Amino acid sequence: MIQMPRADVVIVGAGWTGLVMAKEIATRTPLSVVVLERGGPIRTTAQYAAGMDELDFEIRLRMKQNIAEQPYTHRRSSNEPARPVRQWGAYQQGIGVGGEGEAWSGVSPRFLPEQFELATHLRRKYGARLPEGLAVQDWGLTYNEIEPYYWRAEQMLGLSGRAGNLRGTRVPGGNIFEGPRSHEYPLPPHPYPYFAALFEKGARDLGFNPFPLPAATPSGVYTNPDGVTRPPCQYCGHCGYYGCMVGAKGTPGTTMLPLLRGRKNVTIRTHSWVRRVIHRDGKAEGVTYMDAAGKETMQPADVVVLASWSMNNVSRLLLSGIGEPYDPQTGMGTLGRNFATEVGGRTEVFFDKPLNAFIGGGALGNGIGDYMGDPPDAQVSAGVFRGGLVRTLLGGQSPIRAFGRLPPGTVSSNWGSEWKKAGLQWYDRQLALNSNATHFTYRQNYLSLDPTYTDKWGDPVVRVTMDWTDHEVRQSRMLGDVQVSIAKAMGAKAYSFKGNERPYDAARANDTHVSGGAIMGASPESSVVNPWLQHWKMPNLWVVGGSAFPQNESNPTLTLIALTFRAADALVDRYLKHPGALA
Amino acid sequence: MKRREFFMLSVGGVLIYTLNRQAMWLDAAETPLHVELKFFKADEARIVAAACERIFPSDENGPGAKEAGVIIYIDRQLAGPYGRDELRYTKGPFIETDPTFGGYQGRESPQAIYRAGIQQLGSDFTGLEPQQQDEKLRHIEKTLFFQMLRSHTVEGMFCDPLHGGNANLVGWQMIGYPGPVMSWRGAITVYNKGEAYRPAPQGLEQILGTRIQGLENG
Repeated sequence: MIQMPRADVVIVGAGWTGLVMAKEIATRTPLSVVVLERGGPIRTTAQYAAGMDELDFEIRLRMKQNIAEQPYTHRRSSNEPARPVRQWGAYQQGIGVGGEGEAWSGVSPRFLPEQFELATHLRRKYGARLPEGLAVQDWGLTYNEIEPYYWRAEQMLGLSGRAGNLRGTRVPGGNIFEGPRSHEYPLPPHPYPYFAALFEKGARDLGFNPFPLPAATPSGVYTNPDGVTRPPCQYCGHCGYYGCMVGAKGTPGTTMLPLLRGRKNVTIRTHSWVRRVIHRDGKAEGVTYMDAAGKETMQPADVVVLASWSMNNVSRLLLSGIGEPYDPQTGMGTLGRNFATEVGGRTEVFFDKPLNAFIGGGALGNGIGDYMGDPPDAQVSAGVFRGGLVRTLLGGQSPIRAFGRLPPGTVSSNWGSEWKKAGLQWYDRQLALNSNATHFTYRQNYLSLDPTYTDKWGDPVVRVTMDWTDHEVRQSRMLGDVQVSIAKAMGAKAYSFKGNERPYDAARANDTHVSGGAIMGASPESSVVNPWLQHWKMPNLWVVGGSAFPQNESNPTLTLIALTFRAADALVDRYLKHPGALA
Repeated sequence: MKRREFFMLSVGGVLIYTLNRQAMWLDAAETPLHVELKFFKADEARIVAAACERIFPSDENGPGAKEAGVIIYIDRQLAGPYGRDELRYTKGPFIETDPTFGGYQGRESPQAIYRAGIQQLGSDFTGLEPQQQDEKLRHIEKTLFFQMLRSHTVEGMFCDPLHGGNANLVGWQMIGYPGPVMSWRGAITVYNKGEAYRPAPQGLEQILGTRIQGLENG
């Protein structure tokens, strides 16, 4: 095995959380930081421009990890064998420096205040009426504690939006259902294309409270508190799945790398696939990885930070034998529990007027918060205990994926002359409303190592055991009803809703916002990391990212960046001064 | 040495991207263009091209798979990493007991699926009347081969011309898609009232003035 010189800190993964951590440690301390990334180096804006190609990037998924090298497996319950997801469906993950953060859309809402104490909140409010097997937990921190970190992340990203709750005062035009914020957004919201304008009017006519989606794409030239300046979004319609060809989108590449370049105490080592955290007597000693030449390499370090994709954080811990794997039968063990994704549903909406839907930005659009959080009483009586956002999301319509979306019943075939004619007629007269809702965690949904299938190095891949329950189906239908009511109020000629139905099939799903498996919490009996994302049983190991969420509310990136800032503060200001457990 | 196989594209008045990715204009009067094939044999290409033409026909509503050069697009995709199945997890065991769950779980690569599908269509497919061809396709509609062929036909109609399909931007012209233009910042606040905004389409190579290597060349 190749032995690398000792580093003070080794960080696994050069995506959002890894580079935020690297930047905080390397710019605030003289410590040496090595970041290991299994993909290639950051791509230039010229390369991103040359990648404005739907086929290679939205269909062949060139910004994603090649699933041939490392799939995951999925089964709906512990009673059936898992099968590998052989082609990307759900949980697509980025690859290369910047990770999925280069190819995200930038939708950046805060979680609701009660999300952070959701178990307490639900118990108090609904008690015994809650679904069976619920594993929802409190996060071990409150909204007030994370609020300053939200604001730090929002300034760093340069969010464009409109506050709906400023220090407790509701502000019409913003999301009046959100938690109190200490500041207005750094930049004003983006303009509305036709579809968003129709949504605004339709939602208002129904008595809802529409607001512009908070976007990590600047509406104007923006300089963040780190002194990094970015140009405004060009509405080119190539955002999610793509890198930004003008460097406008808030990404690890546009916000963190400028602060790391030229620093002697940071090394980002690409094509380095980490397999294990090496540990002895409750202390991490470093990590082993396969280098660019496929040679096994040891990187010793005083502090190890796992900052890879949430599912990979969990599988690294399982493979390294750190922590007790969760057993759904007994409820014992914390590692792998509380896996969640997102509850959604989508309504295709058809108009008799062209929408110019090729114009778009990743987080361009608007939504209503009226069904976020606690649902209306009638819905609670029907057994729905948590809602979500209903929104437009105008990322730019791409022709291959959009051609052939037709009002239900238009033609009987999906090929041939009649179908072609209908496809031409409805192209650019169709867009969608969708939803993004809290996915409760349950005792039966969890992550473990697969006993059969292995990755390119022969390591067992992660196995997802997950199915919707009737609760998620009801949630999705509730939000679908709202989508349809707004579609009608928008003047739709036709509409078609598709929601979450059982059984869940990861190979055919497209949810990307996975969470849990190495969750944070107030006690080592029920969580893997403490509220500063430090491992309960190994104080020099930190596990940052979506793996820490006890359950997921919606677009997770802003929250995971905020949590990483908080973890970095704890590491730099407290841990490094007195190494040991912070809680 | 493998015999070089060609496809005769008998289309008129359109821009075709040849295998070495040079643009060539063809007039209706000119002799048909011989395009070198990377994966198919010539008779296979004729069968697949005929099937694509039924899926997205050239008719009174505009050009179809023939004019867009869909067969060239598919030939290149099958010759590349996608066709060789390098973008899919292909380790066993293969559990194919429940085809409704878990997506495609089989062993066969897109290349192999096409070869078997072409057999199913039969060597006489190109000689059939369009209605008979439709019947034959309708018969295999539920197969993985047909579903792939349908998806690939749509891809070949509407992909960037750098991939060999959407020749002369005929697909984009039909639907009014302007291509990957770098900025709509001026347009977003102007064309927002339900009126069509239809700038002339451009491909990525035209816009950037450089050659782009598609994944299929890797």
